[in-house]
Amino acid sequence: MSPSAILFFIAAICALTGAVGVVALRNPFYSVLALVFHLASLAALFLLLRAEFVAAAQVIVYAGAVMVLYVFVVAYIGGGQEPLTAGGTPLKIVSPLFAIALAAELCIAMLGTALKGVSGKGAHYVLGFGTPGHIGRLFLTTYLFPFELASILLLVAAVGAVVLARRRRGLEPEIELERRVHIPRPAFTGTMAEAAGTRHAEPGLPELPTPGEAEREPLESGSGPPDRAPFQGGW
Amino acid sequence: MWIGGYLVVSALVFCTGAAGVLIRRNPLVILLCLELMLNGANLALVAFARMWGGEAGQVFALIVMVVAACEVVVGLGLIVALYRRRLPVDVDELRELQG
Repeated sequence: MSPSAILFFIAAICALTGAVGVVALRNPFYSVLALVFHLASLAALFLLLRAEFVAAAQVIVYAGAVMVLYVFVVAYIGGGQEPLTAGGTPLKIVSPLFAIALAAELCIAMLGTALKGVSGKGAHYVLGFGTPGHIGRLFLTTYLFPFELASILLLVAAVGAVVLARRRRGLEPEIELERRVHIPRPAFTGTMAEAAGTRHAEPGLPELPTPGEAEREPLESGSGPPDRAPFQGGW
Repeated sequence: MWIGGYLVVSALVFCTGAAGVLIRRNPLVILLCLELMLNGANLALVAFARMWGGEAGQVFALIVMVVAACEVVVGLGLIVALYRRRLPVDVDELRELQG
């Protein structure tokens, strides 16, 4: 057995283990970590296929940048333990069977193909195959249009994500804005306006409620569906 | 190592991702499983590029990675917007658009 075959088997087993871990782990944070493991072992497979630049981009861009985005969002959402087996919908029983059938079909199609190269070891290796120089020359000559299209797509996606995830008026309770702007603090509680002498207490006005009691009320009662489970904390 | 082995691995990774998309209910994990499917396709592309000795397959794989990054960004933006509106982050409970 050649060293490349041994490396192939190790990397393939690691990649499949990571893939199964993404699906089977309950905690989304552990799923993200399993995907990082899967991506790293996939980069090893790319290296075995002489795709050096793709492997480097896989590790740096995918396992580095995109997964950090995932980790941030999982930390923001709070994850939560999803029961894997609850529900018992027919989809949960049918879908593994569907996946197994699809895998068998794909394997039969790929191994039983009439393509002669599939059972070979690949084309003759040319020096410089898959290096950044070759890929870059292809990107700037033959595949210039897809390259520019990809950059426009990235720009549109970045703008779209900002538009999607920004704070919007009316869609969510504006507690912070209200508390900061519309409700003044009661007199003689040490506001900066009193210290600067620009605000004077008027004796005729009734005392305003303190911010701790009154404004917190609509937060719990009025907003959001009541059946939503409260934030559990942690991952 | 023969090219068929890489193709079998890519098929298995793709099917694992497809099963995950169907089984899981957390949209975050569904996005992760979509990544798995795209990576299976990427592995097949790079294997075919090695088989033919051309680099077009690798260029295609890089473009697929760009598209996957865009999909992740938009998907995560949707999930954050769902969370901000205090909707349940569970695809089975988000059936308002289902007729």
